[in-house]
Parts: sequence; C-alpha cells; structure tokens
Amino acid sequence: MRYIGKEMRRVEGLAKVTGRAKYSAEFEMPNLAYGYLLLSTIAKGSIKSLDIKEAETSPGVLGVFSHLNVPELLPIPDFGDGPEAKEFKAFQNNQISFNAQPVALVIAETFEQARYASRRIKVDYESEKPSTDFREHLDDAKETNAEKSPRERGDFANAFENAPVKIDHEYHIPIEHHNPIEPHGATAFWKDGKLTIFDKSQNVYQVRDQLSKWFQVKPENVDVISLFVGGAFGACLNVNYYPPLVALAAREIKRPVRLVYSRRQMFSGHGYRPDTWQKVSMAAEKNGKLLGISHRVVVNTSTFEDYSEDFAKVARSLYACPNVKTLYQNVPTDLPTPAAMRAPGAVSNMFALECAMDELSYALKMDPLELRLINYAETDPDSGKPFSSKALKECYRMGAEKFGWKDRKPEPRSMKDGDLLVGWGTATGVWPAMQQAASVQITLKVDGSAHVISSTTDIGPGTYTVMTMIAAEYLGLDAEKVRFELGDSRYPKAPSQGGSWTTASVGSAIFGAAKNIKAKLLNLAKEQNASPFASENPDEVEMLDGKMFPKSNPDQSVSIAELMGHVGLREITEIYDSKPSEEREKYASSAHGAQFVEVKVDPDLGTVRVTRVVEVTACGKIMNPKASHSQEIGGVIWGIGMALQEATEVDHRYGRMMNASLADYHVPVNADALSIETIFVEEEDKIINPLGVKGMGELGLVGIPAAIANAVYHATGIRVRDLPITPDKLISPRKA
Amino acid sequence: MKPFEYRRATTPDEAVATLSDHPQGHYLAGGTNLLDLMKDEIENATDLVDLTRLELTEISALPDGIRMGALAKNSDTANHPLVRKNYPLLSQAMLSAASAQIRNMATNGGNILQRTRCPYFYDSATPCNKREPGTGCGALEGLNRTHAIFGANEQCVAVHPSDMAVALAALDANVRVIDSSKEERVIPFAEFHRLPGEQPELDNVLRHGDLIVAIDLPKNGFPEHSYYLKVRDRASYAFALVSVAAALDFTDDQISDVRIALGGVAHKPWRALKAEAFLKGKAATTENFTAAADAEMSAAKPLEHNGYKVELARRAIVRALQKATGTA
Repeated sequence: MRYIGKEMRRVEGLAKVTGRAKYSAEFEMPNLAYGYLLLSTIAKGSIKSLDIKEAETSPGVLGVFSHLNVPELLPIPDFGDGPEAKEFKAFQNNQISFNAQPVALVIAETFEQARYASRRIKVDYESEKPSTDFREHLDDAKETNAEKSPRERGDFANAFENAPVKIDHEYHIPIEHHNPIEPHGATAFWKDGKLTIFDKSQNVYQVRDQLSKWFQVKPENVDVISLFVGGAFGACLNVNYYPPLVALAAREIKRPVRLVYSRRQMFSGHGYRPDTWQKVSMAAEKNGKLLGISHRVVVNTSTFEDYSEDFAKVARSLYACPNVKTLYQNVPTDLPTPAAMRAPGAVSNMFALECAMDELSYALKMDPLELRLINYAETDPDSGKPFSSKALKECYRMGAEKFGWKDRKPEPRSMKDGDLLVGWGTATGVWPAMQQAASVQITLKVDGSAHVISSTTDIGPGTYTVMTMIAAEYLGLDAEKVRFELGDSRYPKAPSQGGSWTTASVGSAIFGAAKNIKAKLLNLAKEQNASPFASENPDEVEMLDGKMFPKSNPDQSVSIAELMGHVGLREITEIYDSKPSEEREKYASSAHGAQFVEVKVDPDLGTVRVTRVVEVTACGKIMNPKASHSQEIGGVIWGIGMALQEATEVDHRYGRMMNASLADYHVPVNADALSIETIFVEEEDKIINPLGVKGMGELGLVGIPAAIANAVYHATGIRVRDLPITPDKLISPRKA
Repeated sequence: MKPFEYRRATTPDEAVATLSDHPQGHYLAGGTNLLDLMKDEIENATDLVDLTRLELTEISALPDGIRMGALAKNSDTANHPLVRKNYPLLSQAMLSAASAQIRNMATNGGNILQRTRCPYFYDSATPCNKREPGTGCGALEGLNRTHAIFGANEQCVAVHPSDMAVALAALDANVRVIDSSKEERVIPFAEFHRLPGEQPELDNVLRHGDLIVAIDLPKNGFPEHSYYLKVRDRASYAFALVSVAAALDFTDDQISDVRIALGGVAHKPWRALKAEAFLKGKAATTENFTAAADAEMSAAKPLEHNGYKVELARRAIVRALQKATGTA
C-alpha cells in the first residue's frame, strides 16, 4: 500500500489556512442581498399581530417575510408520510411552538440594515405557559413510533429480585448544543428557473429534494453546494428551516440572498442533544457475572415531532447478560425538536450504562475493568450472531498497560498528588460499523490524472483526503494526480455524512469504481493483442504510475496511456454504485474502544482537571492515521466538555435557553486538554466492506464522559449522576 | 445595531467636550464589550467618541506608586515591569481574565467599566432592571448559579465580571477622572463601583461625560505576599464563579496589613473588610485564615442556585491567603 494506512496531510489544508476555502456564507456574487431573522420571545402561544410597517420602510429593506405572506408565497408541499411532513416549518402560521422560533425574515441591501430593520418589527403575542422541564412529566413518557423492536430478553424483574448484588440509579444529561465554529448559513440565487444554493449541509441531496418539493421544480434544477463545512456534528443532518426561506427570498426579490444564523440563533435553529433522563438497574452474582440489566431512557422532544436516538438497545449487546430490558421514551416539551449530535444516543446511554457498571464494581468490591472482562461478549448476545471483528479485549489489555491501571488503588479518595485527589476511571465505547449505499464517478484521463466526484460532504474528519488516498491507491496514481470533489448535488449520490459511515460507504464506491476501470483497461489490453498478459484476471493485475502489470510479474508492464491512445480514448469514466454486502447480515459489526482517564480534583474548590487519557480503539483498518488520531483526540476533548462543562440552561418560566453564547455555553479550551494518547488496535475485517474500515468519528467520544465521571468518583467518593460535573456539585455543604 | 455617529477624539478635553454634547453618546476604547452590546441593542449609543488615539497609554512610576494610563491595553499593563514587580497581584488577576486576544484589545479604563455577564441582561426577551429599569430581575428567581451572595437586592442580583477590578479593590487603587469642567478628580476604588440599590442600571459613580484618564496604585508592602485565586468552570476563558485577591504585609510574624477582595460575589468587587479586620495583628495560620473567612462569609445571602458560593468563597479565601503566605 502506498497511501492507505500511511499518514497524509489534509489535501484541503492549505486552502483552509489561507482562506481560499469558501464556506457557504462566503461566496461573493454581484447584487447580493442579506437576510436577518427575528425570533420569538415567547415559547408557546400565537402571534396576535405583527407590525412590519417600520421595518418595511427602514433604509435598504428589500422584503419582509413572515406568516403574513409566506403561506401564500410558499405553501407547504405534500411531503406524504416522509419525516419532513412533521418537521418545523417557518412562517406557515401564527403559532409559536418554542422560544426563539423565527417570526420574520428581513432582506436588505446590507447585513446591518437587515438586522436593524428586523428589530423594528413589533410583535404582539398571545402567550401561554410553556412546559419545558421534561423531568416533571416522566410519568407521561411514551415510546416513539420508531421504536417497536423487542425490548426484553429473558426475565429481568425476576433476575433482579433474586440477585445477590444489585444497583439502581438515575442519571441526567442536560440539553447540549453542537456549537460548530461556522454558523449555519446559505447563499441562494435563481437563474432561468433553476435554483443554486450554497448551504452548510451534511446531506446535499436531501436539501435538494426538499427544495425541489417546496418550489415545485425538478430535482435537477436545484443545485445544492456545500464544499466546506466548519463543523457540523449532526447539526446539519436535517434540512433546517432556513434553506427554503433563503431560496424564497431570492426568488421574490430576484437577487441572490444570504442568510447566516447568529450564535444565539444557532441555539433554536438546528436541534440539540436532548435533555436525557435515564434509570439503570443492574444485578450480578457475587463473582461479577451479570444477571440482569434494565435501562430506561427518556428524552424530551418538541410538541410536533417524535425524536428517536435509541441506543438503549446497546444494553442488550454490550455485555453477556441473560436478562435485559430496555425502554426508550419521549416527553413532548415546548422546545425545538432535538437533533443528532455526535454519537447521538450512544454517548448518553453509555454514560448511564458505564457509570452503572462502575457503581456495580464498587458494590461487588471488584476492579471495574475486571468486571467488564468477566462479562465480555464473545458473540452478540442480542442477535446471537458472531462479530465480524471485535478487538475490544485487546483494547482493554493495551489500554490498561499503557495507563498503568494495575497500580490503581481501589478505594475512593485513596490516591493523591500533593493536596489534590487523584482518580482513575475506565469505560467502554461502542459504535455500530455501518455502511450505506453510495455512488461515485471516476474519470481516468489519458494524461495519467483522475477526477473523482461524489456528493458527500467533509464536515472535518478528512473526507477530501481519505477519498483522494483511496482513489490514488487503487488507480495506482500519485495523490497529486487525483482531484476529488464533493459537496455538490450534481455529483453521484452519497449518503448523509453521519453515523461515521462515510469512508465505509463512499470509500467502498471509489474502490469499486477503480476496480471497474482496471477491468476496462484490461479488456483494452486483451483487445490489443500487443498486451503481454492478455489472459490475466483483474484481481491479479495492478495499476501503478501509468502502467498496468500482472502482480506476479511486474516487469511485464504495459503503458495505460498507450492502451487508451491506441483506440483514441482521452478518458475512461466509471460510475459505481456501492451497497453493503449481504454477507454483512450474518454478522454483528461494531467499532469498540476502551478509555482510561485520570482526573485530579481540588477537594476544596471542586475543580476537576482531566490530566491523562489513554483511549484505545478498534475500528477496523486505519486509513489515514494522522486524521484518525485527530478524530479520536477530538472525541476525547468533546467528552471532557460533556462530562465537565456543557449544558444549555433553560429558564423554564419562559421556556427560553439562557446561555446562548460561546461565553456562557462552555466547551473545552486548550487549557483543559492535557495529556491525551490515542491508540488503535487494527482489526482485519474482510466482512464489513472491501476496505475493512469501520467508522471512528463518533466512537472516540462514546465512553469518555462515563470514564471521567467514574474517575471523579474514584478521586472524591462523590458520585455525580447529573452532568456536567461543575465545581458546585463537588463542594459538599459545610459540616455544622 | 442602531446607526451612530463615529467621532474620533485627539485630546482628553476634546473627548469630554464631544461626549458632553451628546447625551446618548458613549466613549469607545477597546470595544470588546460595548460593540457586542450595541449589536444586540442592549446599549444604544447615538454617538461613539473613539478614545484610542489619546495619549493615555503609559504606565509610569510615581513617587509613591504607579500610574496606569486609562487606554493602556490590559496585556501591556499586566506585563509591564513596574506592574509585575510591584503589583504581581494585579498582573496575575489581569492575566487570568478573558483571552489573549481580548486582553490585547481591552483597555484599563474599559475593563473596570465592563457590564455584568448576567444572561438576563444580555437577553432583551427577559426582564432586567439593569438593562431596562422597572422590568424586574429575571435572575432573582431564575438561573442564578453565577449570581451575587453579597449586597444584592430584589432589583438586581448580578455580579461584576472583572478580575482586574478585584485586584484594584484590594490594592486601594484610585481612579482619576476628568469632566467638562476640566477638573481632575480622584475616586477611591472602593467608591467607584456601586451596589444595585434602587438604581441597578448604574454600575458605578461616573456621570455622563466623565473620562477616566488613569488608575493610580499607591505603594504597598504586598509584593512578597499576594495571590489571585480564580475558581471557574473551565481552566481558561471563563468568568469567575468566585475569585479572591489576597495581599498581606508583615511586621515580624504578625500581619501588619492585609487586603482581601472577592470577585463573582457582588455587584461590585467585594472588599472582605471583616476578614481583614480579624486578621490584623494576627499570625498567618490556617486557623486564623479560616476564622477570618468565616467572619466574612457569615453575612452572605445566597439565592436558590448559588448556595455553593458561600462555602466556595470561604475555602477560596483560606486558599488564597495560604498561597499568598506560602503556607499551602
């Protein structure tokens, strides 16, 4: 392998650091107009009146859109039973369903004029008391339509009742927001009945298809472009409410229009990790063998949409346990609908499950790592299928060794560094290894270069780079000769960039397309009797540096340019549709990881520092170690934020998110990221896809919050089950 | 942001005269706080008088202390040899604040004039007496984990966010101000900021047109024994939950002078006078530090979500005194 498995710098890195990379709200065009949104100041009720007179006559204003004109200009199309039927749509009526809901969009010659005019709109509301604290309504929680799978294996109640050792605890994770650095935005224009929109998206086809329905134009007359995305993390998986508004405004004022969310507007503009309450009960034999697990997950949703990120099912697969019961439920609230946020469900549900395992280990007086090994699942306990690969045991072993886990003293508050309390915690991470249908097009040119296109996006993991590497590898070209382009709905269809499945899906399509090109060249060679290896099978032939030759005899090569030139071919184009194999169905496939965390806690001030993390992950073949380590380090840092800092604070009296800024919504800064070591245990998995690759972007986060909370308990003896673990929660009330 | 006239002043007197002519105008220095507030129409200045060309950026020695120009950048001030050597407490406090980028823009005068970070103040969809007198206090019975435990009332429970100001309070700084009469007056730092009282919209005692020209620090015997402790939700770039500026001087083994100021606990930097009084003439022991902290904190009045601050501040006072005296 020349590229795969070797470190490669980002191919788009120079463009990004020099500002040549254009994000959706950076495309300059003549005559551009600017939009600004006005958001509601109530959470529930209706708009009695909307006075736009002053805004309309404000300097530079070109148009005002609201429920007064949009239902007529852009009626809701027939979305049938599709998920978009229930999604929030702006300005379609005077109802208010959540606080900071858009109530008007002002378009003006400049951004400042639009913002100024938006604030001259007078809104009179009929306000009702909102309900946003879902924990007051847990008894009303209901299963969502999406969740109909079997929920119990064995008989949990009986197992729990008769077990010698058991624990039973509740956990809470607050609302969290993605807060990518790039705010959501779009720039749109119409020309000859065709719409072009630069949108910050993780799925350009979905945006295209929805806009095509909204505007009653053929999908091919809508071009959605998302060349660079400054972080998304799930916040752009769905079509948010603004793209149809930008396209509408552009159509009505007959000019290009740009709209960008402000940071505050981000908080109600794209969903969030839901408010999550969980209850985990576990029962075990005295020797640590699990007898039963019950995991109930309740999350908030909006009043108009179910929200499902059910990962409670992980309790049925993670450990060998005969009696497991899982339940996933929603409580409607007067808030926007939640959205997938990095490792949706998984990181939340594993937080509860892996803290509960830790709590059980103390109840058993057993090392928490040993407890996990005792209950290690060699086959998937839920489906009974074998794993296509599972090197978790090796992750545990290597992580424990690197971390020095054997020196851990089991008692809480038993390890110290000067006056600081030291805590060591561990947890497991897991994320399903998924693959989706994906198509790519490769054009191999006679000059020895290749052009590869796919509609996938690159929200930061290194997709531009890894696809270039895969194409270069299997076409036998230097990476500099491969131009890979993405993020355009005119390109072959790729799945959304989510679920950590992009490399497995789009990469497999590139692999397939390259293989077909090789077969075509081999046919050319066979037709041209000059070929020295006319009888070879494509799998036994290799392309490298403009030549093709049998793997068994590299000296017997033929020039690819000559093969093509002989029949006057300037280029060969191959479109390849890749699908997950049927073979996969016979196996359970997941990526796994083991995390070991050291915290140091100031016992007086309640401040926690994550001083050392060793994260070992097994996620198939590592394509680009450089980008892969970045992914996992990013996951760890995100986990530090989730464990110690992140929380969207809602004032339930107003149903309003009050810390909607990066000053008040804390995420880790550099000073919070200390020693982080990420290690891969490579798995050779021939089942999952031809590249043997599993996703890793989400995996790296999954076990970290639990590992940190477990380490904090080990350090302090204080079990915080309500994230984030801020200093106030560790300052015990003063003894009388 | 509402449209405004931008005016550039070339001398302090011109700045004062220009602003005095515009009752809804505002001075502009680093702009790190003001511009954010204007974008959200929390502040609505009709005129901005840009001070950044004024020659008020020097840090200089006085016979009995130092003078810090009002327009010296926070980063330049914190790193100035005179400050580092003679007032390490101030340097430490300033460097714990904000980010390097913000410190490079923010000025000394602007720092002590920054507005509260109370989220209700920043969100015009909610009530706030400081932003809009008479509308009520959103935080009083709302999200008040970060709010005041001293000197607050039903009008306002916001806290002053500056770290620099906490150190200045401890160091008995003097704020030098000129107005349209061209008379320079000196405001002792303890009197500079206000408690909310019946006018929470007023953070300090400045009148319209007043221009801070310098902040003076008197000479003291604290450089060997001072410490700024800041407790926050993350390691950097966060406002204090509680901070403590502690400075001590000794005669033999007895505390001859001591200053303790708290941040994050009140509408103004809070001088812990009871704790100071307790410690004077005593020895630097953890026992005495704890008793001093108790004396101060017994008067705290927490809200629903900030009860932890009472205990945290108590421990932070002890810790800061220990650090300042090298006893921890």
